[in-house]
Amino acid sequence: MKLHRITALIVRHLYLYRRSLPRIMEIFYWPFLDLVIWGFITLYLARYQSQVPGFVTFFLGALILWDMLFRAQQGITISFLEELWARNLMNLFASPLKPSEFLAATMAMSVMKVTIVSIVMSVCALLFYSYNILIVGAWLMPFVLNLVITGWIIGVFTTSLIMRFGQEAEVLAWSMVFLFQPISCVFYPMEVLPTWLQMIAMANPAAHVFEGMRTALGAGAPPIEDLAWAVGLNGALLVGVVAWFYRTVAYCKDQGLLVRVGE
Amino acid sequence: MSSPVLKASDLTKRFGDFTAVNGVSFEIRPGEILGLLGPNGAGKTTTIQMLLGLVTPTAGSIHMFDLDLSTHREEILQQVNFSSTYISMPQSLTVEENLWVVARLYGISDMARRVNDIVKKLEMEEFRGKVTRKLSSGQMTRLTLAKAFLTEPRILFLDEPTASLDPDIADKIRSLLKEERRSSGLSILYTSHNMREMEEMSDRIIFLQRGRIVAEGTAQDIVDRFGKADLEEVFLKFAREQGQSSS
Repeated sequence: MKLHRITALIVRHLYLYRRSLPRIMEIFYWPFLDLVIWGFITLYLARYQSQVPGFVTFFLGALILWDMLFRAQQGITISFLEELWARNLMNLFASPLKPSEFLAATMAMSVMKVTIVSIVMSVCALLFYSYNILIVGAWLMPFVLNLVITGWIIGVFTTSLIMRFGQEAEVLAWSMVFLFQPISCVFYPMEVLPTWLQMIAMANPAAHVFEGMRTALGAGAPPIEDLAWAVGLNGALLVGVVAWFYRTVAYCKDQGLLVRVGE
Repeated sequence: MSSPVLKASDLTKRFGDFTAVNGVSFEIRPGEILGLLGPNGAGKTTTIQMLLGLVTPTAGSIHMFDLDLSTHREEILQQVNFSSTYISMPQSLTVEENLWVVARLYGISDMARRVNDIVKKLEMEEFRGKVTRKLSSGQMTRLTLAKAFLTEPRILFLDEPTASLDPDIADKIRSLLKEERRSSGLSILYTSHNMREMEEMSDRIIFLQRGRIVAEGTAQDIVDRFGKADLEEVFLKFAREQGQSSS
C-alpha cells in the first residue's frame, strides 16, 4: 500500500466537504435529531427509573454508540457513492490505486466522521440531558473500536452490492445498516429476541458490544466474554467482507460494470 | 527497430453472447501515434478499457514496457494515462483541486510546479480556480487532458480528445501532443471521428469493424488499398458495412 494514494483520496473528500454545507449537515443532522427525540423519550421514561434501573444510562449510551456504528458504515459507503455520482470511478480504477488503498482511504474517512459525530453527540448529551458517555468507563474505547469495525464490515458489504448492481442500489447505503439494528440488540437485551433470532444475533459483533455495555453499566462486571466474541467475529467478518469486495471488483471488471456508471 | 512499449496479443472480449473485441493484436512503438478507427460499436472503447485494466479480457494478453498487465497492473498504470469525452472529474472540486488530487494519486514530486506547468500549457489559467461543475464542455475536456498530461505518462490513451473543443484549442492540443511526443518520446493511442485529424496525427492507423482489425497501415496505405479518395471514404465504407450487417 502506498500512503500517497490513500492521502490523495482523503484530500479529495476533504476538498468536497470543505465547500459543501449540505454534506456537512448530513453528518450531524440525523444523529442530532436522534439524540433530541430519544433524549426526551428517555427523560419521560426516567420517571419510572425505579422500575427499570439505569434506563437513562442504557438508552442514551446505546444511542450514541449506535450512531458511531452508523457513521462508520456511512463513511465507507458514502465515500464510494461520491465517486459514483462524480463518475470518477474510471479515473480511480485506471490509476495505480489498489482496492486495498481505496478501502483504507474510505476507512480513514469513516474514522474522521465517527470522531466528529461522537464528540458532537457526547457534548450535546451532556448539555441537554446531563448524560456523560464516559460513565461507561474504561470499556468505552474497546466498545467504540469494535462498533467502528462492524460499521466498516456493513459498509464494505454495502459498497460491494452497489458496485455490483449499480446506482439503482444506492438506497442500500442508508437502509442496509437498519437491517442489522434489530439483531444488534441496541436498546434491549438479546434474551428478549426469539430463540431463532438470538442465534442470528450471536453472529453479529455489534450485539455482543451492546450486551457488554449493559453488563458493564448494570452489574459492573467486566464484559470480557462479550468483548472477546465481538473481537473474534469482527476479525473473521472483516477478512471475509474484504475478500468479497475484491471478488466483486474482479467480477465488475469482467462484466465491464466499472465503466457503466448509472442506473 | 526499438521494442514496442505496448503489445496486445489476440485480445478478445465477450459479454455473454456478444463479442465486443475479437482477436485483436497490435503494437505501439516508442514515440508512435497509433490511430484506432472504426464506427460506433466497433470495439475501440472496449479495447482502450482493457488496456487501462478497467475491463478484463476474455482471452489474449496485454504487455506494456515488457510487463504483463494482468500481473503488473500497478507498475504499468503508473506510467500510462488517458483522457476521454465520456469521463468526468469530481464536479464539486475546483480545477486546481482536481489536479492536486491526481498529482497525489500518482505520487508526483514537485506537485506545485507540475500543476502550474500543465495549467499554463493548456491555457487554463483563467478557470483554474473555477468549480468543475461550472466548466464548459471545452474547458472540461482540457481538464481531463491536463489530468492525463500531469502524470507525465509514457503511453497516453486518448478517446476523441478534441471532440468538444473549438478549432483553435483543438489545434493547440494537437500541437502539444506532437511536441510531447517529440520531446519525451510519448506514445499515443488515439481515437477520433475526425478523419482529417486522424490523418494529421497518426503514424499508423488500425481500422476496427465488429471487433476485428480489418485494415492496418499508414493513412495513405489504407486509402490506396481500398481505392478510395480519402480516409473518410474508407471510414464510411466500413461504417455502412457494419450498419448493414447489424440491421
